[in-house]
This record gives sequence, C-alpha cells and structure tokens, in this order.
Amino acid sequence: MKIYIVIAAYNEEKNIENILKSLLNFNYNIIVVDDGSTDKTAEIVKKYPVILLKHIINRGQGASLVTGTEYAYQKGAEIVIHFDADGQHLTSEISRIIEPLLQKEVEIVLGSKFLQKNKIPFFKKYFIIKPALLFNNLLTGIKLTDVHNGFRGLSRKSLSLINIKQDGMAHASEIIAEIKKHKLKYKEVPVTVIYNEFGQGLFSGFRILKDLIFNNLIK
Amino acid sequence: MIILKTIITIFVLLSLFKLIKQKKNNKITFLAFIFWFLLWLGIAFLFYLPETTSYLATLLGIGRGVDLALYISIILIFYLLFKVFVRLNKIDREITKIVREQAMKDEE
Repeated sequence: MKIYIVIAAYNEEKNIENILKSLLNFNYNIIVVDDGSTDKTAEIVKKYPVILLKHIINRGQGASLVTGTEYAYQKGAEIVIHFDADGQHLTSEISRIIEPLLQKEVEIVLGSKFLQKNKIPFFKKYFIIKPALLFNNLLTGIKLTDVHNGFRGLSRKSLSLINIKQDGMAHASEIIAEIKKHKLKYKEVPVTVIYNEFGQGLFSGFRILKDLIFNNLIK
Repeated sequence: MIILKTIITIFVLLSLFKLIKQKKNNKITFLAFIFWFLLWLGIAFLFYLPETTSYLATLLGIGRGVDLALYISIILIFYLLFKVFVRLNKIDREITKIVREQAMKDEE
C-alpha cells in the first residue's frame, strides 16, 4: 500500500524537525511542500529522507496541499494523509485516519477534535470554530463535528475526484463541499489537537468567509 | 462652472491622449479603446451640455440629471471593479499553477 503524508510548511523551522523525526519512525512516504518559507524550513527538511517540493513564492496552505497531493497522486499514491506542520497533530494517530481507508470502509477520513476530550481555548471554541461549523454545515448540508481540522486522509478514488481551487485556508470547507458534490463516503475519527499558539484567529475566520464567497463567483 | 469645465476639459483631453497612445502601442484591445474613448467623450459631453442629462432623466423617471449621471457612474464603477476582481483572481490562480509546476519539476 502506497501511503503518502503531505505536509504544507510555511516558516516552520521550529516545528518541522520534530515532526519529521517522529514520522520517520513509521513506514510512510513523506512529502513536505515548502510554501516559500523565508526561514530555514527547507534546509532542515533537506537533511531527512523525504521529498521536498518548493514553492518559490508563498501561495497559501490550500495551494501547498494541492501541490503535494497532486505529486503523490502522480507517484501512484493509494492513500494521502494531510498533516499540519505546526505540531498540533500526533503522528501516532495517523493510523486512526488510515484504518477506515485501508478497510475500504470510506473514501475520506476527517479528523475531529470534538469526538474526544481536547483542550480548546474558550474563545476559539465558541466564537470561531462553532459558528464556522454551523455555517459550513448549513452551506454543505453535511453534518460534521469539526471544521477546518487539517488532519485528514483521502483514498485514491477521492483524489481523482476532488478539485481544490482555494489557495488559502478556505480549502478545508471546499473539501467538504466536494465530498457532498461527488457523494463520497466519509467518516470522522477522534484526534488529539495540541494548541501551541492561538492559531487562526477571528480575522482569518472572516478571510476564509470572504474567500469562500468571492472565489465561488469565478469558475 | 467655468473653472470646473476647464479642469474637466484638461482632464478628459489628457485621458484621451493617454488612451490613444496606449492604442498606438498596442497595449489595449480595440474594444477597450472604444469603450474608454466613448466614456471620456460622454463625460465631457455631460459637462458641456448638462441639460441633456435632465432630459434623459425625466424620460427615465429620475428627477434630476445629476442623479442619473451619478447612478450611471456608480453602476459603471462597480462593473469595472468586478472586472478587475475577476481578472485578479484569474491571475492569482495562474501564478499558483506556475509555482506548482515549478515545484514539482524541481523536487529535492
């Protein structure tokens, strides 16, 4: 089974090394997309036996994940896992995401921080995630427990169908819309989320909203 | 009104001059040239014969000529803004495509 882990990294010199060290304990193919970082991210990644794809300029997380995912698809990936570069996910939980895909139970597995106990900052939980979740559920008609969780797994079939046009953070909502559009079978699995910093704040929430609305005006 | 007319005339003439220069250098399409040319002429026309707008306005059921001119300019501005926005978005996507292609070609 060809399993690829795709990590989009933008100025992650502090976190990327630990993630790679931890990931190399498993038998996965690893792709790091350096999204035009201005720090030492690329130099650090080069020291490890992983594939490094470099965006010459910053294009956003969505764009980076598409680059890595497309590359993996061309290399014949059967499962692609998206994994955040900031150390908020646990590499040991990748198996949880992979399992339903291996069993051919579903085509897409989404990590959810609300299916298990996680420490989530109060403001973030009730003023950003929950409203975004409601908005997404209303818009797509798919009822999920979490939104914009960067930890997910995609089967080869879903890779061939899903088309991500959003370069920025709005890609996460777009994936859900694509699940609905292609009637893909999906499943949410509980994952741990560790909050190092505040992450995406209120304004980035508005930016995602703006991206979603405006980018949908254009084919 | 005479001062305003002079300012507008100079401004329109400058714009037309620039427009013709752009057309000569093949920087804009014929259609765009016509569009802008007529737009600038229309603006000058309105300032010299403001009564025509009042005539048109009453025809359309809008009270004052100035109001009509304002409505039309706002619609025009929004239209142009939208065009610019669409174009920008397209350019953005194309840049991403180029960056992606480059990244995949030079894998390390």
